Amino acid sequence: MKKTLGALALGLTLGLSAPAMAENVKVGMITTLSGGGAGLGIDVRDGFMLALKNAGANNIEVVTEDDARKPEIAVQLADKMIQSDQVDILTGIIWSNLAMAVVPSVVAQDKFYLSPNAGPSPLAGSQCHQNYFNVAWQNDNLHEAMGAYATKEGFAKPFIMAPNYPAGTDALTGFKRFYTGDLAGEVYTQLGQTDYAAEIAQIRASGADSIFFFLPGGMGIAFMKQYAQSDVGLPVLGPAFSFSQDILGAVGDAALGVKNSSQWNKDIDNEANKMFVETFQAEYGRLPSLYASQGYDTANLIIAAAAKADVKDADAFRAALKEADFASVRGDFKFGNNNHPIQDIYVREVVKEGEVITNKIIATAFEDHQDAYAGECGM
Amino acid sequence: MTIALFLEQLLNGLQFGVMLFLMAAGLTLIFGVMGLINLAHGSLYMVGAFACAVVAAWSGSFWIGLVASLAAAAAAGAIVELVVIRRLYTRDHLDQVLATFALILIFSEGTRWVFGSIPLYLDIPTLLQGTVPLPGGSRYQLYRLAIIGVGIAVAIGLYLLITQTRLGMRIRAGESDREMIGALGVDVATLYTVVFALGAALAGLAGAMVGAIQSVQVGMGEPVLILAFVVIVIGGIGSIRGALIGAVLVGVTDTMGRFLLPQAMQLFLPPSQAGLIGGAIASMLIYLLMAVVLALKPRGLFPAQA
Repeated sequence: MKKTLGALALGLTLGLSAPAMAENVKVGMITTLSGGGAGLGIDVRDGFMLALKNAGANNIEVVTEDDARKPEIAVQLADKMIQSDQVDILTGIIWSNLAMAVVPSVVAQDKFYLSPNAGPSPLAGSQCHQNYFNVAWQNDNLHEAMGAYATKEGFAKPFIMAPNYPAGTDALTGFKRFYTGDLAGEVYTQLGQTDYAAEIAQIRASGADSIFFFLPGGMGIAFMKQYAQSDVGLPVLGPAFSFSQDILGAVGDAALGVKNSSQWNKDIDNEANKMFVETFQAEYGRLPSLYASQGYDTANLIIAAAAKADVKDADAFRAALKEADFASVRGDFKFGNNNHPIQDIYVREVVKEGEVITNKIIATAFEDHQDAYAGECGM
Repeated sequence: MTIALFLEQLLNGLQFGVMLFLMAAGLTLIFGVMGLINLAHGSLYMVGAFACAVVAAWSGSFWIGLVASLAAAAAAGAIVELVVIRRLYTRDHLDQVLATFALILIFSEGTRWVFGSIPLYLDIPTLLQGTVPLPGGSRYQLYRLAIIGVGIAVAIGLYLLITQTRLGMRIRAGESDREMIGALGVDVATLYTVVFALGAALAGLAGAMVGAIQSVQVGMGEPVLILAFVVIVIGGIGSIRGALIGAVLVGVTDTMGRFLLPQAMQLFLPPSQAGLIGGAIASMLIYLLMAVVLALKPRGLFPAQA
């Protein structure tokens, strides 16, 4: 009863003082801030905090915790944030195995989960949920774009490789969905592996004409350096994760000329993106990666939704999220039936701009691309 | 599968093993002489890699970076020994594990505080760039051959140090009876600091050499530390010879497992399934190896004298 009165009073206030005052929102961010995958989590967090700062959104309070890329820690943090911090929205998880451990129970407790990175296939298909929104992509998407690109470029025998965890299997499945020719080999490595000599030897012996690999973070750095040193010399393809801004500096010239797919790049021409890239560099003294852009968009989605609806009114807030009524740094995008993005995906090339190694868009792989699992989702 | 590929994989296994030996040698030496379990050994590996990357970037020379990595890791080891470890010799292993685990956290967060979470750039020196031909038509990376060479040189050097020098005699005496050599007038405290710094320098050397082909980042030492513990358990805790044999066994088993198991699985499974299942079993192989060795020889292959 008290709640109803409160809502009534709130409604009256809002009615009297239009435009609506944004209500307070408490966001719990569980992300990877230590260990091998920390670069990704730090970029998501920095992008997220930058968006709040740029928008002057003092009504959004953020609690940040480090999951150290361990599923059991992420689960504990989610419980703590829901029960003792009483957050309204959770976000931040980078790795798909952690997302699978956390997201289903969070949304079942009527909290919102906005994914700034991980997009495992079950959450887009059979286990989709009205309170789960993915702001970045479904895991397969960028790999599908590279599969389509490999077909278009006439590669006939790629060697494909990914770590053995949910996003790794999604990656190779996605690639094979749009590349249906012969493969020279298909290898799953260990998550966190740093030595790829054995795999490079197999690539050399396999008679491949190109390599497609998905190895985010330190794994990609190690592989690219070792690959460049091995004189195999085949063309390299990958998703943006293998060539994002956070790792290019450590790979060095070995990455030049590599083609990779992304939904975002710093040269996408729109006002929101220009402001994002400029303020990110000013604030943190480095170029943003696609992870930072995803964190930035996630925060802007929350800001936009909170301006339209009170987060305590779940139905109204959900509808406001679904509209995605904000200027995304990647340009136009909208949510499909399963709350995953329908968006353009580009092909980028790694280039050197002065002393800085970075990416530039060279082609569009897909326009308004939707993931393959939307049909399995009952929403 | 050709002979050339097999040979290349064998070399890869050997190179991995030799790198593990550099880590395991320090770990087993410290345990053998002082009876100390040092979880922070991986942090010294990280210190070596960071020192090499920073100094190489500043001076433009990998070799100066390599010297700096040895110096930095040895210095970090000596300081840690003087400030923290020295208080732990008489405590039980649980206290040692707790204190050295705390050191891991301090080193990791300290490094992150100074250098940030973005990995640093470190490349192979121009002298060792490129590949050399192998019999059978394949090629092998020169730098990895150099790592094997350095590892073998260190193994021989350690053997000579321990069997032929006065310091080595004291180390052996310290392993057998530390009260007695103290009573005979050997400065045990200095001996311990020297041994600890030596072990740290070897870890730093491994970190710098591996940093050039992998990525130099916070937390790089812990996965290697776990493998180094597997190595010394297999080889016999406290035995340098055991560490060498154990390291090569682990390196070759791991590399060959990752390479051969998925191929073997392909005989009765489709390629993507074979890759997944073969890869998963391959990642368990070294632990299976450890279990088998412990079942047959509970104190490792070359148990050090108690």
